[in-house]
Amino acid sequence: MRFTVSPRGSSGRARVGALFVGDSPIPIETPALLLSTKKGLPVFLSRDLLSSLSSPNPSLLHVSPVHFLEGPTPSVISSIGGLHNMLALQNCIFVASSRDAIESLPESICANKLGASFETPGGRRLIKPSDYMEVISSLKANFWASLADEVPSWVSEKRNKLSVDRTVQWLDNCIALDKAGGTNIFGSIVGGSNVEERRRCAAEVAKRNVSGFFIGGFGLGESMEERPRLLSAVLDKLPKEKPRQISGLDLPEEVLQGVAAGIDLFDSMYIYQLTIGGFALVFPLDILKGQKFSIQLVDGVDATKINLRATVYRRDTSPLVDNCSCYTCQNHSRAYLNHLLNVHEMLAQILLEIHNTHHCLGFFNSIREAIKCDKFDLFCKMFIEGRRAHLTTSLSS
Amino acid sequence: EMALSFEIIARFNRARAARLTLPHFTCQTPLFMPVGTQGTIKGLTNSQLEEIDCQIILGNTYHLALRPGAELIDELGGLHKFMNWKRALLTDSGGFQMVSLLHLADITEDGVTFQSPVDGKPMLLTPEESIRIQNKIGADIIMALDDVVKTTTVGPRIEEAMYRTLRWIDRCIAAHKRPNEQNLFGIVQGGIDPILRDICVKGLVDRNLPGYAIGGLAGGEDKDSFWRVVAQCTAILPEDKPRYVMGVGYPLDIVVCSALGADLYDCVYPTRTARFGTALIPEGVLKLKHKAMANDERPIDTTCACMVCKNYTRAYIHYLVMKNAMGSQLLSYHNLSYMMRLSRDLHASIVQGRFPEFVQGFLRTQFPNGDVPLWVCNAMEVAGIDISACCEPCKTDQHVDELL
Ligand SMILES: [Zn+2]
Ligand SMILES: [Zn+2]
Repeated sequence: MRFTVSPRGSSGRARVGALFVGDSPIPIETPALLLSTKKGLPVFLSRDLLSSLSSPNPSLLHVSPVHFLEGPTPSVISSIGGLHNMLALQNCIFVASSRDAIESLPESICANKLGASFETPGGRRLIKPSDYMEVISSLKANFWASLADEVPSWVSEKRNKLSVDRTVQWLDNCIALDKAGGTNIFGSIVGGSNVEERRRCAAEVAKRNVSGFFIGGFGLGESMEERPRLLSAVLDKLPKEKPRQISGLDLPEEVLQGVAAGIDLFDSMYIYQLTIGGFALVFPLDILKGQKFSIQLVDGVDATKINLRATVYRRDTSPLVDNCSCYTCQNHSRAYLNHLLNVHEMLAQILLEIHNTHHCLGFFNSIREAIKCDKFDLFCKMFIEGRRAHLTTSLSS
Repeated sequence: EMALSFEIIARFNRARAARLTLPHFTCQTPLFMPVGTQGTIKGLTNSQLEEIDCQIILGNTYHLALRPGAELIDELGGLHKFMNWKRALLTDSGGFQMVSLLHLADITEDGVTFQSPVDGKPMLLTPEESIRIQNKIGADIIMALDDVVKTTTVGPRIEEAMYRTLRWIDRCIAAHKRPNEQNLFGIVQGGIDPILRDICVKGLVDRNLPGYAIGGLAGGEDKDSFWRVVAQCTAILPEDKPRYVMGVGYPLDIVVCSALGADLYDCVYPTRTARFGTALIPEGVLKLKHKAMANDERPIDTTCACMVCKNYTRAYIHYLVMKNAMGSQLLSYHNLSYMMRLSRDLHASIVQGRFPEFVQGFLRTQFPNGDVPLWVCNAMEVAGIDISACCEPCKTDQHVDELL
């Protein structure tokens, strides 16, 4: 792996980077979104749809080792040749970390000194570093985060401190058990809502021989207001030349917060949650070119998305977003999506996931462009103000 | 008036390979038509359906009339436009769905009376109303409303239904407003009674319809009655019109019916069975949920070139079918690919003059021990295809048990 990063003066800590993986001459540009998966495959996107979305860049996928606890077994996965071969996604980049927001939720009460605990569809599972590493070594993901003891923001100081101790300890265990000799580990950093613990954990992890960092414990109850301070506490301690991944920052504003703090990779179940809820993202992507939030969002709850279940779309023959180049918008109308949702047809989720993924990837592209032209602060400001203006308009009308 | 042309390219005895030109697409028969009840086929995009060679998709009038409603479909430019499907569509009359889905359906000379699932009010589906709705949906092929009786019914009800079906076809023809854009197919009824079937076929043929369907089968009748009805109807239906056996979707049944001279088939079986974790393979079926699949690194079907078989192992799909939506999506994709490949193979083998060899190979693979069911042997005799070599144990070491 090779990672080059070029911070820009007026964009503060926000940075654009290029992540070169393996022998591929095509870098992954950061800040970037890791698409969520179940057992390694995007939930509703088959391989043909996936490649059409990310082309020409390789797709960047998040995978949770916890999803494989019930199978296929590590020996079968290894024998098939790891994730890339098993999923026939040889050109995709996989980044493994245990947590997701749906099927692998950290369960801090049941974690103990032996391992981390997760709420999964198959029940609660305690995972020791050795179990974790057995799955990790079979998956052969391009990058993977060490096992973390993630706790919500409301736990006691004592419990929070313990989670830092355990997470650092488990990082050492993971490094010791790593057959690849630590060439693609992201060291996990926790510390909850305590700035001191955040610093301590970041400093300890930064001392280890890791290729990058996984910042855990966000999106677990802390307020948006306290987040910038916590993020700076962590990122101040990390070397600039290594990539930083975060979990739990989902909404567009939260992503902007993370980018502003200097995060490079985001894993998130946001697209999945939108899709399951019947929502399509519609917020403007060309904000710097003056594109405005639509004022015609009749049901625009928050001005970023529309609910396709709403009866107002019953005879709406327009695409989800005008001029969107995704497969869904090129081929189908809001009326058809509304119908598919009404009759509970799976194609609704497939088509929504295509559009929402396309839209989110476009959002990250806009972010990178804004940083490149030193206008990231302006981009954030216009995004947030544009949205607020829309909300004010719709409230007063 | 009709809006199709049916051109037979090649024959083997009763079997035929044809080119069926419909307003939206030119199809090749024999052809399996996947069922897309509500304007979509379970979890597949239109591009995927084209990729696996789907040519005609079925829509269910009853479901579409409920949601999103025929008026809305019409207002938005018809079902083709609504679902953005560029190839051919077929809609059923709605009658069968009512009788099979609703307990309170009652059939009188007027039509089918049923309780609205929306507000519980009594509703009446007449032949005129069925055609009016289908005219609005706008499929390439529309079906006449027939008097549907359970296949296992016996006695005078069968005769009543057959005669009523004949009376209703005239009402359907009279109600049909778009004969230059949509083809109205009549449905042969008459249970398993050869005399009634004969009267029905003759009555329909007198109306000179663009195509004919054989109805009232695939509903639990014994296999011997099934193929005999098909054989009888195909023998007397006009050569130059397509013949559609409704509700048939088991690969073996399709091969037998094609040998007997049928052209079109539809069934929910390939997609329904996919949702239960079952894949269609040349040897029969493969149950992906079976624990033996957990370590099986082979593709579902080594002879299949579909996207799923090219890319995934049985072991991985085993763990997907238990829970993930993607599991049934991938299995539906493979199963429909299998059905479309079977259709292509039937067509090509007839065109290339090796239809008997194809049938023999098919039966050999499905019944390696030579235990071809008697009804298949009987049907093949009538079809003039010698399968005697398939009816003894296979010498190869191919084992069905091993494939589960
Ligand atoms: Zn789109
Ligand atoms: Zn296949």
